[in-house]
Amino acid sequence: MKNPISGLNKIFDNRIRLGVMSVLIVNEGVSFNDLKGMLEVTDGNLATHIVTLEENGFIKVHKGFIGRKTNTTYSITKLGEGAFKDHVKALEGMIKGIK
Amino acid sequence: MDSQNGPKQALEDIKQMMDRGSRFVSLSGWSAIVAGICALIAASLAGKKFNEYGISKNEYETNSNFTRDGDLLQLDRELLILALITFLAAFFFAFLFTYLRSRKTGVPIWGFMARKVMINMAIPMIVGGLLIWRITDFGLYGLVAPACLIFYGLALINASKFTFSEVRYLGYLQLLLGVINLWSIGYGLYFWAAGFGILHILYGLVMWNKYERNEKGVA
Repeated sequence: MKNPISGLNKIFDNRIRLGVMSVLIVNEGVSFNDLKGMLEVTDGNLATHIVTLEENGFIKVHKGFIGRKTNTTYSITKLGEGAFKDHVKALEGMIKGIK
Repeated sequence: MDSQNGPKQALEDIKQMMDRGSRFVSLSGWSAIVAGICALIAASLAGKKFNEYGISKNEYETNSNFTRDGDLLQLDRELLILALITFLAAFFFAFLFTYLRSRKTGVPIWGFMARKVMINMAIPMIVGGLLIWRITDFGLYGLVAPACLIFYGLALINASKFTFSEVRYLGYLQLLLGVINLWSIGYGLYFWAAGFGILHILYGLVMWNKYERNEKGVA
């Protein structure tokens, strides 16, 4: 039998990164502030984790403007969606394994 | 939440975040119950006003040839003020109970989803309000209650994508009442009381029973 842990993605070990992915999988284009509000984290903390996700190609950044104010939104990539779903499947597999 | 707590906890967290990210779930059942009570009080006060002025509700609604002067104009004004107070009171209490619930559950009230719900509610409501304004300009008072119900129903259906799915059914029922009322002109106040009063209270009870009854607070 395949080791169920092998399906877990190390990038999603962190709860904030996991939170960002959870929010983005059900929403297209969420702004930094909205993410911050939903996850209840600080600016710096969220920014670091967003960079990690971006570097791994799991999310993409859209820089736009509302009037003169910058409005940066984030959305999930195909790669990110696949990785997230695999991760969830692996977690589910582990629970079934326990039972 | 911490993935170290095992896969079950991690999955719970994911589910919660997806929920929080896709629906506005802070609205308390109590909000609807109190809004419904406000509506019933308002409807009975309005009924009293008609008696006070000795004007039949039926005639008020159906006879667009009433000369609107003196007493009638005064009644119009008082009903309008009553409607505004009702709206503000219902809104205030709805907000209050939802605020209390969000404090208890620790879900922030004013998020991304709350904004979507508000915008999607506001568009049909504002357009409906303008239409009702014009309807009264033409003296078609019998259409006021059905128009309130229909546009409120549409607003609920429109916003239901971003909140509890039960809101959609409340919307359908309001629409149904509004449409029936279109062919029962003269009974607007009763339909209005049924829709904004009784349906809200029933909806609130159902929601409270389903989601809040066993809700545990954070910390």
